Amino acid sequence: MSGPSTYEPKTPFTRWLDARLPIVRLGWDSFVDFPTPRNLNYWWTFGGILAVFLMIQIITGIVLAMHYVPHVDYAFDSVERIRRDVNYGWLIQAMHANGASFMFLAVYIHMFRGLYYGSYKQPRELLWILGVVIYILMMAAAFMGYVLPWGQMSYWGAMVITNLIGALPLVGDAIREWLWGGFSVGNATLNRFFSLHYLIPFVIAGVVILHIWALHVPGNGNPDGVEVKGKGDTLPFHPYYTVKDAFAIVVFLILFAGFVFFAPNVLGHADNFIEADPLITPAHIVPEWYLLPFYAILRAVPDKLGGVLLMFGAIGVLFVLPWLDTSKVRSMRYRPLARWFFVFFVIICLLLGWCGAENPDDLVFKLGYDAAGNETGFSFLWLARIGTAYYFAYFLIILPLLGFIEKPKERPASIEAAVLGDAAPKPAE
Amino acid sequence: MTMLRIFAAAAAAIAITGTALAADPARKPERHDWGFSGPFGMFDRAALQRGFQVYQEVCAACHGLRQLSFRHLGDDGGPFHDPAYPNPNDNPVVRYIAARYMIEDGPDDVGDMFEREGVPADRFPSPYPNDAAARASNGGALPPDLSVIVSARAGGADYIRSLLLGYDYDPPEGFSVEPPMRYNAYFPGERIMMANPLVEGMVTYADGTEASVEQMANDVTEFLAWASDPKLEQRRRIGGMTLIFLFVFAGLLWFSYKQVWRNVAH
Repeated sequence: MSGPSTYEPKTPFTRWLDARLPIVRLGWDSFVDFPTPRNLNYWWTFGGILAVFLMIQIITGIVLAMHYVPHVDYAFDSVERIRRDVNYGWLIQAMHANGASFMFLAVYIHMFRGLYYGSYKQPRELLWILGVVIYILMMAAAFMGYVLPWGQMSYWGAMVITNLIGALPLVGDAIREWLWGGFSVGNATLNRFFSLHYLIPFVIAGVVILHIWALHVPGNGNPDGVEVKGKGDTLPFHPYYTVKDAFAIVVFLILFAGFVFFAPNVLGHADNFIEADPLITPAHIVPEWYLLPFYAILRAVPDKLGGVLLMFGAIGVLFVLPWLDTSKVRSMRYRPLARWFFVFFVIICLLLGWCGAENPDDLVFKLGYDAAGNETGFSFLWLARIGTAYYFAYFLIILPLLGFIEKPKERPASIEAAVLGDAAPKPAE
Repeated sequence: MTMLRIFAAAAAAIAITGTALAADPARKPERHDWGFSGPFGMFDRAALQRGFQVYQEVCAACHGLRQLSFRHLGDDGGPFHDPAYPNPNDNPVVRYIAARYMIEDGPDDVGDMFEREGVPADRFPSPYPNDAAARASNGGALPPDLSVIVSARAGGADYIRSLLLGYDYDPPEGFSVEPPMRYNAYFPGERIMMANPLVEGMVTYADGTEASVEQMANDVTEFLAWASDPKLEQRRRIGGMTLIFLFVFAGLLWFSYKQVWRNVAH
């Protein structure tokens, strides 16, 4: 979609530079003059929000790394020292810990946006796949970051997750030992997790550049799902979307500041204020909220390997989504059936998260008592199983079939027609 | 295989606490109206000072406070903060408190450890040389360090206060508590090794406040809440200013947005 460059260097220096390294031209074409559909709504601001949060995480993380000590004997105390003695350490640490949660909140909204508006469809398959790669890298970074404070949940979370790898046949044990750097989660594990936790955000930044590159070839999708056809369909990115994104970013930052300053620990777990102890298992090992749906899928299966495969499959299926959805219609605005299946999918993801946080054997609601007088009813395990079934059915059955049976609504002829209705200029042809 | 063992251990742990909780609907911590609860609540300086006195005269016999140095007591937001001494190391109250502790230092020029008076930069000394010694002195139970205890317990300050006041209940019918364990209605499992620590009038408050058990529990909990989150006041003050800034900034951006888009249908 990006047409011929409209950048004109005005000074001798920029002309000189442009002939050698056209970096100003790149910025101009990508973020100033870039033609952007005029009908983007606020769901499209989360890409910018994520870019801001990636920067927040990297900057606060670099400062934290100046004070953090990656050693099993000192890690916990060094984090306390950051909170107590490092100048504004309490702020930097709270921003970093809560920033991870907010990045996931934003990335989930960003992904659901993509699912609803068909952003993964031709010609944006690779853009979507790069996004899934970023998401996986984010989970790896977040998991390793959560281990670093070396609290009880850090340690036991690391224990459970690394042991998942051990479920793989033949190579599982060898890979797990290699990850641990020993025969258990220990100092070697903490050290390498720190090293990788420092590395991954820069890998994410690299893939983000590819993600934006892949975005800027076909250009943005839009809520109506019709491709850009003419000049009337687009606006230059600056100032129209810079100001809209900026507004959305600051609103999101208000929510972020609410947590950082007034509830810095509510998204964490009280047990992580207890230093890691390999001899005492917490009553309830739970991951951070953003991993709970996958934790529920893991526990929904009675077989260990099956659970692990299903959990990885839940993310893996996203890679082939562009080829599973058979509908030619991009936006669910014009897909009367698919939109309801989508709404139900979102609800199921939230329910799976709830299941992940609860004990699987606890009851969602009770139906009566068995012969022994114990309460019987509908357990979280079965809710998780139903949720898991729907999660996979949505991708593997519903989306492939809907393309054949659904009768889409009439779509607007162009973005301009969608926005202006009858006032739109008639197409020339 | 290791994972199976871990899951089994976790399941066992869940089962054990589960049955314990089932045996008693472990009392939910009683809600207390703290001055520092709510988004703009602040600590009560007098309560922090009284609470420190309770910690020092009662809790410190068994419980450490290893994340804290004496100087923290004089920090902005701390119990003995005095605006006249922005550097807490100069604060005479803090210096006096520190000087009453003997701190092991060294080695000296000939390689011997020696004891000296504490200074504000010293950490609170632990009551036991190591965990094994602490367990040996307490019937096998380890008295937890109290530096972050309010953050480290679900229920926070309400739980700590309830626990301190939780010795007055009788165990339910058929619930046996073998000495030296005690019954505590708020402790998970309800059997606790810590003896009831607070007895009416055991502390003589410097400010003349009557040292009832509840008063001492309130005060020491407030002190421990400060110890867990010493930057609470600073955080909330800066947070308030940050929110005001962000709201104004968002408003400006909203009007900019309206202005930029005024002639564009979208």
